[in-house]
Amino acid sequence: MSASLLSAQNLTCIREDRILFDDLSFDIYPGDIVQIEGPNGAGKTSLLRILAGLSQPYEGSVRYQESSIKTDSEAYHQALLYLGHTPGVKGELSAEENLNFNLSLHNLSNDYAQASLDKVNLLGFEDSLASHLSAGQHRRIALARLYAALNAKQNNDSNGANANAIWILDEPFTAIDKQGVADLEQLFIAHTNQGGCVILTTHQDLSICADKVKKITLEYQF
Amino acid sequence: MWKWLHPYANPETSYQLAGRLQPWFTGLSAVLLLIGLVWALAFAPADYQQGDSFRIFYIHVPAAILSMGLYTSMAIIAFTGLVWQLKLADASTAALAPIGAVFTAIALFTGAAWGKPMWGTWWIWDARLTSELILLFLYLGVIALHNAFEDKALAGKAAGILAIVGVVNVPIIHYSVEWWNTLHQGATVTKFGRPAMAPEMYWPFLLCLFGFAFMTAAIVCMRFRTEVLARNAMRPWVRALALQASESQEAK
Amino acid sequence: MTTSANLSYSKLFNLVLKRDLTIALRHKDDIINPLLFFVIIITLFPLGIGPEANTLARIAPGIIWVAALLSTLLSLDRLFKSDYQDGSLEQLLLSPYPVFVWVLAKVFAHWLITGLPLILIAPLLAALLYLPEQSFVALMLTLLIGTPVLSLIGAIGVALTVGIKKGGVLLSLLVLPLYIPVLIFATSAIDTAGLSLPYSGQLAIIAALFFTSLTLAPLAIGAALKVSTN
Repeated sequence: MSASLLSAQNLTCIREDRILFDDLSFDIYPGDIVQIEGPNGAGKTSLLRILAGLSQPYEGSVRYQESSIKTDSEAYHQALLYLGHTPGVKGELSAEENLNFNLSLHNLSNDYAQASLDKVNLLGFEDSLASHLSAGQHRRIALARLYAALNAKQNNDSNGANANAIWILDEPFTAIDKQGVADLEQLFIAHTNQGGCVILTTHQDLSICADKVKKITLEYQF
Repeated sequence: MWKWLHPYANPETSYQLAGRLQPWFTGLSAVLLLIGLVWALAFAPADYQQGDSFRIFYIHVPAAILSMGLYTSMAIIAFTGLVWQLKLADASTAALAPIGAVFTAIALFTGAAWGKPMWGTWWIWDARLTSELILLFLYLGVIALHNAFEDKALAGKAAGILAIVGVVNVPIIHYSVEWWNTLHQGATVTKFGRPAMAPEMYWPFLLCLFGFAFMTAAIVCMRFRTEVLARNAMRPWVRALALQASESQEAK
Repeated sequence: MTTSANLSYSKLFNLVLKRDLTIALRHKDDIINPLLFFVIIITLFPLGIGPEANTLARIAPGIIWVAALLSTLLSLDRLFKSDYQDGSLEQLLLSPYPVFVWVLAKVFAHWLITGLPLILIAPLLAALLYLPEQSFVALMLTLLIGTPVLSLIGAIGVALTVGIKKGGVLLSLLVLPLYIPVLIFATSAIDTAGLSLPYSGQLAIIAALFFTSLTLAPLAIGAALKVSTN
């Protein structure tokens, strides 16, 4: 078995005096698509945020290539592409300015911006201020980064083998239509074929990549 | 190097330890305060200038010293907590801040009460009193920030960072206020006379200081224990404790 | 194909600075409102105290500096709040760069947007308060070195309170006591200049405060942001 990309070790998470999950361990390998399931309040978002390093677990650790993501955070952030509940889009900037900033911040060339906006059907809107766009369009500006990351990978244009390889996506399909979801699933397959991995939460059933998906189920605990 | 400390990073162990230490601190504090206060208030000689009103010194100065000391220790604990990720440090910040704030308030109040017969006015912008007032604001900031967070662990961390920022500022503030005070001081203001203390004043003062210090330690143990319990309410050992307590109550 | 776009620290600094300035320029209220607040606060004093020139001149340094503290405080909210709400802050925290670089860029942008206009308008308000002429240079210099300190220390407070729903009043409670040294040395420098005495000592102390906060504040801001986004 090849070495794991990301490994969760004995994670315990406590929020407001409630144990969300206790002693949770798993490994994620290149090529994995992992869906985290569970009812509302079971701690899906908390788990994703702990994996991304935004939240600290009460106990346990997350390791990227055998080193803790806390001690080696810069290398991990290089490999990480996280999209949270909020898309990180500024209303005062245009769609393209938003994307360009996010690409530059994560070491992706702005040359990919146009093609990526095209992929998420925002061509023609690139100069509109984001405050004039809808919630779904905001989400798509954020998702455009995924296409840019894959493009860079296919062009051997990324920083190191694992650059932007670990995708952690919190409800990426929110406000996205059917066709968009299908496109994204194709994108996930292409990404994992390149040796990347996807960790996501969603309330929708994945159809196209269903047989590839591994599931982690969180129970609601009292 | 930190191995010997490690068991105490466990909430249960440190809860027990604080419980074992608390009666000692309480006892020591009671003895020291009893001797110290009686000696200071009844037997120590009155000040030749200030008369009996000088005796408030035996409460004012220990309170002022402890108010500064507690803030510093709060910041040191918060710092170690941030660096070594000790969860218990958060509980300690929460335990220390209100005690420190109360000592600061006592120092301010006794300072004002002492000032009335000395200066003829309750408040004077004396450098020490002004610094103490600002210290009170810093304490209140830490407490307010701690209360504003829903999540106890985050509250402790945020308050800890503020305490560290504050402790870097305390000497700067103190120095600037001292400097401001000498700059604006009129000729009529008389500062506290601090002549070399006679030994018959010195010993009761020391007893009072340590008495108050041990009292603080006892209260810190008590508050620390409740904080640990509140933060670990869902842990099995806390549940077992609660069960034990309710059983023994029923037995009575 | 292009080479990978790995940013140097200075490029990242410029990138964030440019972004924040663009946003502020497209949202001009952020620049104008604190400035208006500054002007209005200062006009209130002659109305409350009386227009007597000597009294006003005597308290002018204090008034201007207290008004500067308050208007900085008012504008601090925009530093991290919208980034926190729309998720940009998470993206910044997850970028493969040290936090202090973009934090400094954001604080610098904040100072350019709120501190600099304040300095530019200050002489006008000083004239309204009959500040003696020989104090003007001191006023400008103290504001120039002192307002960045306000932005840096204030940023710690915002970083701590950004996740709290009603953090506004709390923020002033946390930050204002920490502003006291700047206030004391700045007003004293202006007073001293009014007596035509050298005030370089006070300026040096404010400069020392500036460099101390420049080196230490980003660490505290970074730690605080990590707690707030937790």
